[in-house]
Amino acid sequence: MAGHESTYEAKSATAKWWDERLPIARMMHDQFVDFPTPRNLNYMWTFGGILMFCLVAQIVTGIVLAMHYNATEVAAFSSVDNIRRNVNYGWMIQSMHAVGASMFFVAVYLHIFRGLYYGSYKAPREILWMLGVFILLAMMAAAFMGYALPWGQMSFWGVTVITNLFSSLDAIIPGMGTAIVTWLWGGFSVTGVTLNRFFSLHYLLPFVIFGLVILHVWALHVAGQNNPTGLDVKTKGDTVPMAPYAVYKDAVALFAFLIVFAWFVFFLPDYLGHSDNFIPADPLVTPAHIVPEWYFLPFYAILRAVPDKLLGVIAMFASILILLFIPWLDTSRVRSTKYRPMYKWFFWLFVITCLALGYLGAKPAEGSYVIWAQIFTFYYFAHFLLVMPIVGILETPDKLPNSISEAVLGKKGERRDRDESFGGGLGAPAGAAAAPEKR
Amino acid sequence: MLRHTKTLSALAVGAAIFATPVALTPAFAAGGYDQVIEKVDWSFGGITGQYDKTQLRRGFQVFQNVCASCHGLSRVAFRSLSQPGGPEFTEEGVKALVAEWPHQVTAGPNDEGEMFQRQPLPTDPIVGPWKNEKEARAFNNGAYPLDLSLIARARTYSKDEPFWVQVPNMVKHIATGYEQKGHDYLYSLLIGYKEAPADFNLGEGLSYNISYPGKQIAMVQPIPEGGAVEYGEDAGAPNTMEQQSKDVVAFLAWAADPHLNTRKATGWQVMIYLLITTALLYIGKQRLWARVKKQPA
Repeated sequence: MAGHESTYEAKSATAKWWDERLPIARMMHDQFVDFPTPRNLNYMWTFGGILMFCLVAQIVTGIVLAMHYNATEVAAFSSVDNIRRNVNYGWMIQSMHAVGASMFFVAVYLHIFRGLYYGSYKAPREILWMLGVFILLAMMAAAFMGYALPWGQMSFWGVTVITNLFSSLDAIIPGMGTAIVTWLWGGFSVTGVTLNRFFSLHYLLPFVIFGLVILHVWALHVAGQNNPTGLDVKTKGDTVPMAPYAVYKDAVALFAFLIVFAWFVFFLPDYLGHSDNFIPADPLVTPAHIVPEWYFLPFYAILRAVPDKLLGVIAMFASILILLFIPWLDTSRVRSTKYRPMYKWFFWLFVITCLALGYLGAKPAEGSYVIWAQIFTFYYFAHFLLVMPIVGILETPDKLPNSISEAVLGKKGERRDRDESFGGGLGAPAGAAAAPEKR
Repeated sequence: MLRHTKTLSALAVGAAIFATPVALTPAFAAGGYDQVIEKVDWSFGGITGQYDKTQLRRGFQVFQNVCASCHGLSRVAFRSLSQPGGPEFTEEGVKALVAEWPHQVTAGPNDEGEMFQRQPLPTDPIVGPWKNEKEARAFNNGAYPLDLSLIARARTYSKDEPFWVQVPNMVKHIATGYEQKGHDYLYSLLIGYKEAPADFNLGEGLSYNISYPGKQIAMVQPIPEGGAVEYGEDAGAPNTMEQQSKDVVAFLAWAADPHLNTRKATGWQVMIYLLITTALLYIGKQRLWARVKKQPA
């Protein structure tokens, strides 16, 4: 993909001058205009562009908010309130940033499930996938620290609970966990010192994410995009140039996404947050239920499902880090779940598991909620550690089409509206779709 | 069966151990699923709702004569009362109001280096009667009358519903732009004062309230059956507890979210722009892709 011939032509004298010194226009042309994209991409492939928008939107609104925000114990809460009340359009910018965090996660989770369904983590896209996992981790850290900044009750107690998780390391080396927690807090409890460093890191992390995103896109443009068939691009006919085709489609999806985004910004600015965060932080009063933001709920459920504190913390971190290993845990040579009759069921079971864990994470840890959380936590890990390796071996995949073009156009070139309609058995499938020879 | 969930999450307990001992008794702190909540059809609810200016004015009258004797509204400036989207009193009206406001503000230091008390200015916050929390508690049997600036956004309630009720409700609330749980709770609280059942062990100096978590509240009933204030002839609303409770909650909703009118109006402009642009882009995309659907590019 990256090796496709450059079609860039420097037209003006200035463009030629630049092209010989820093061919940035050539790179942009080759990578984002003429770049070949599989012609059968569906709308699930538009979330990359949407996520890029989300990151930039968060950075822009965040920079404006930081101009009015005051990261001190006494003034943080009031400064956010002041932004909403008195800063020109502050109510809108603050809402865009807070809702934007949620929308960022909506998009990233859909992006990840897309990757899981179509096997986008398999060879030769392992590094691409792993960079994505690191982006997710950095996003989570940024979101967690950002949620601390309004310094409301849920901010304060969320920080207290989550930073305290590290004290579980005392079970390994007595005193180590406590020492780490004290170091994180910059004191012996969560204070304005903690808030100030969180603000510093919250401003730093988006730029770390930006760097990782550049690597992620680079890796993508080396391996090329996966596609709903999971087949490799073989001929030029399998692709269309990114501009205008993919760009146009991305624009449609972005604007549709913005409708949902704006719906929350303007009509439901508080819906995704917690009412307790409109109460200033008070170290003396614990809220009745401490719950994280919705996008952390599945992981929170996993944390609480494990009876032992240290093991719970390990399980929570493992639930994300395990994603790093799935390129090798999945033994199937077929990328797209579309051709995997057995795995398909397990995939949707996994989706239900994640939703159920999210629901349970919002519930108090008592009674049957705990049992259910344990059952779903078991399946969460079993999906990666048992289902992925075993189903890949047991399953006989459906017949694959010979090429992307055939999948789109049908075998004799007659038009098919939907790409599910092939598979009507001609010849042998185009071999293993996961390019195992490259592993 | 009623369920009292006084259980903090396991981690919250862990966290509480690290923090200073919790000051409140569990009866106050814990949320309950057995609160009686009455839903109100608020003028500012939903995706098109706007504040009713006359209601906000009535609500301010209740706030001024009832709430303000104990509660402050310290994040809201008097001048806001004359700004668009609120009660929209005249600037003269606000000047007259601050001149007679019963609570003074501490200003200074003056040229002698002394702090002094003076009447508030329109740019000052709507101050309550207390200099600080300690004084407030000393005058209120140990309880603290909260600042009400954000109370309407800082309250909610939850019901113990199974997921097949909860999830469709969630979808409904998102689709209809419902964000009025806190307002419903406050209204229910104001009308929720009842005679305590004989077997209920009511604490010293507390009142029984069917909508408050734990059912005993330090605030005495603020608005009695026949209303707490006399509305004028032109107010267009009856002097009842229900009406005056609704009005004051509407006022507090505005105090917590003074830009709601602009927000929703702007929201529709944005929404129409996005819908039209999305439709146009989609049509364009369909026409563009029609070329390549038929033959290899």
